Amino acid sequence: MLRKSSWLSKAGRIGSSLLLGASLSVAQAQAADQELLNSSYDIARELFSEYNELFAKQWQEKTGKTVEIKQSHAGSSRQAQAILQGLRADVVTYNQVTDVDILHQRGNLIPENWRERLPNASSPYYSTMAFLVREGNPKNIRNWDDLVRDDVSSVLPNPKTSGNGRYTYLAALGYAQKTFGDDQDAIDDFLRNMLGNVAVFDTGGRGATTTFVERGIGDVLLTFEAEVNNIAAQNEGYEVVVPKISFLAEFPVTWIDKSVEKNGTEELAKAYLENLYTEDAQRLIAGFYNRVHNETVKAEFADQFPEVELLPVEEIGGSWENVMKVHFASGGKLDQLQRR
Amino acid sequence: MHQRRTMRAGDQPWVKWTLIGLALALTITMLVMPLVIIFTQAFSGGLQTYLGNLTDSYTLHAIGLTLFVAALTVPINLVFGVFLAWLVTRFEFPGRKALITLIDIPFAVSPVVAGLLYLLLYGSNGWLGSWLADRDVQLMFSWPGIVMVTVFVTCPFVARELIPLMQQQGREEEEAGVVLGATGWQLFRRVTLPNIQWALLYGVVLTNARAVGEFGAVSVVSGNIRGETNTLALHVELLYQDYNVVGAFASASLLAGIALITIVVKSFVEWRQARQRAPLDDQSDNR
Repeated sequence: MLRKSSWLSKAGRIGSSLLLGASLSVAQAQAADQELLNSSYDIARELFSEYNELFAKQWQEKTGKTVEIKQSHAGSSRQAQAILQGLRADVVTYNQVTDVDILHQRGNLIPENWRERLPNASSPYYSTMAFLVREGNPKNIRNWDDLVRDDVSSVLPNPKTSGNGRYTYLAALGYAQKTFGDDQDAIDDFLRNMLGNVAVFDTGGRGATTTFVERGIGDVLLTFEAEVNNIAAQNEGYEVVVPKISFLAEFPVTWIDKSVEKNGTEELAKAYLENLYTEDAQRLIAGFYNRVHNETVKAEFADQFPEVELLPVEEIGGSWENVMKVHFASGGKLDQLQRR
Repeated sequence: MHQRRTMRAGDQPWVKWTLIGLALALTITMLVMPLVIIFTQAFSGGLQTYLGNLTDSYTLHAIGLTLFVAALTVPINLVFGVFLAWLVTRFEFPGRKALITLIDIPFAVSPVVAGLLYLLLYGSNGWLGSWLADRDVQLMFSWPGIVMVTVFVTCPFVARELIPLMQQQGREEEEAGVVLGATGWQLFRRVTLPNIQWALLYGVVLTNARAVGEFGAVSVVSGNIRGETNTLALHVELLYQDYNVVGAFASASLLAGIALITIVVKSFVEWRQARQRAPLDDQSDNR
């Protein structure tokens, strides 16, 4: 009987040594002098992994301290929820203003005037909505009014579930307002026809890209200019069309006051975000097909970014809060227009 | 006397072969092919790429964290499971039946719901979480939270294995031990433990497999911080979303490897369990 249990104690010893080894490997990771956690949107991984390298180098030159920047990426609404539930991110870099606003409204983690703390309404870069068409532009799609033609079918992410799709909807709305002025019926007709021509509403931006590129559905894909350029650069057989009027999509950033206070990272967090506006950083960001504010970099990348009249949300629908309520809420404008 | 043979459904050859064929086709398409694809995809870039993917610093950290979580979860649930099984099979007390039912809650609840429950309770807006946050204790979005949900999800495995066995074995041997003057600890080490060790190991193997592979509950409380709260299962999804398909499959092959080892160990334990039970059955026949 005694002998029988001996292997169990052996297993116990192996187990405890394993535990020790594993806990060591976890502890080992804390090597840098300082740490910063950036909570970001899900297609910004490549951008920020390059920017973090750049910033860490500059920070070390300036202060002599090494810094390790940790990244967390997911859909930005989900990321904001996690912060409200206690994820102690020092900074947020999102693709929707509403997701930063919520940090003030629901958690009071940042002040209401967070947009005034950094230049350009706390948006170090911006983008717009553009078209990707098949080579040679066989349907001759140049502007928003081509999307309502009977022979054109389009692909875009669902405005109900994705910020990307919302931006496209608002861009079309902005174009219609410019074209038809106060004629509300004409604006509604335009939007109804445009939505009627949509072949597939995917749930997210990456899904829409797959539908258009891999499955070959539709004549035109509507998504971020950065995504459109990326696809055209990596695949043969596509052309980029940037309409004359489009929506101003901002990429808001801010530091989380409550977190940086606790983590003692206020100075570092501010420097990390302010540094996004420097020439080197702006050049890096423009390299990922995002539009930037720095004049020198703007000039360097001029032929990559054609002139567009960019409409901010305030001009189209007053405020984000209002737009969400009127257009995207259940039973709102979008639902009414899609009813047949 | 000539006995008329009754025909059963399975006796007709076409029924037999159709059923075998169906079962085989299902096994191949649903089980074998996905497993093969994991490994072919993982090695599609050659051995060098495979090793490169696994030695990436984020992947190494994910492996370390996953082992760390399992190394905490398994002992906790081993002690908890043995204690619980001992309690409900050796003692009579009010609420005993209710307790046996309660053990199954983690099986009945979807892991995502479990994760959300923990988040609502221990997140900084939660009941306990706000109190903890004031005292600067962070459970969610760091490794303690991951361990907590993993313990919750895997806690029935050991107890569920032990309870039927201990019920079947009864208390006679232990009562004999008590009569001979054994202390509680002696009783446990020399009588109870040798009797249940194979079932215990079986429970531990299952607990470990689930702890290593758990996705849903962990995903809710992890916060997706690379190099900090990213377990191997989460890492697979992350790499896949990064368009790094080969890397994702390389990490997935590790999880599949653990699963295969689990199956081998499990079969071995089952075989030993059967052997341990056989002499007991012989004795009862002789009685």
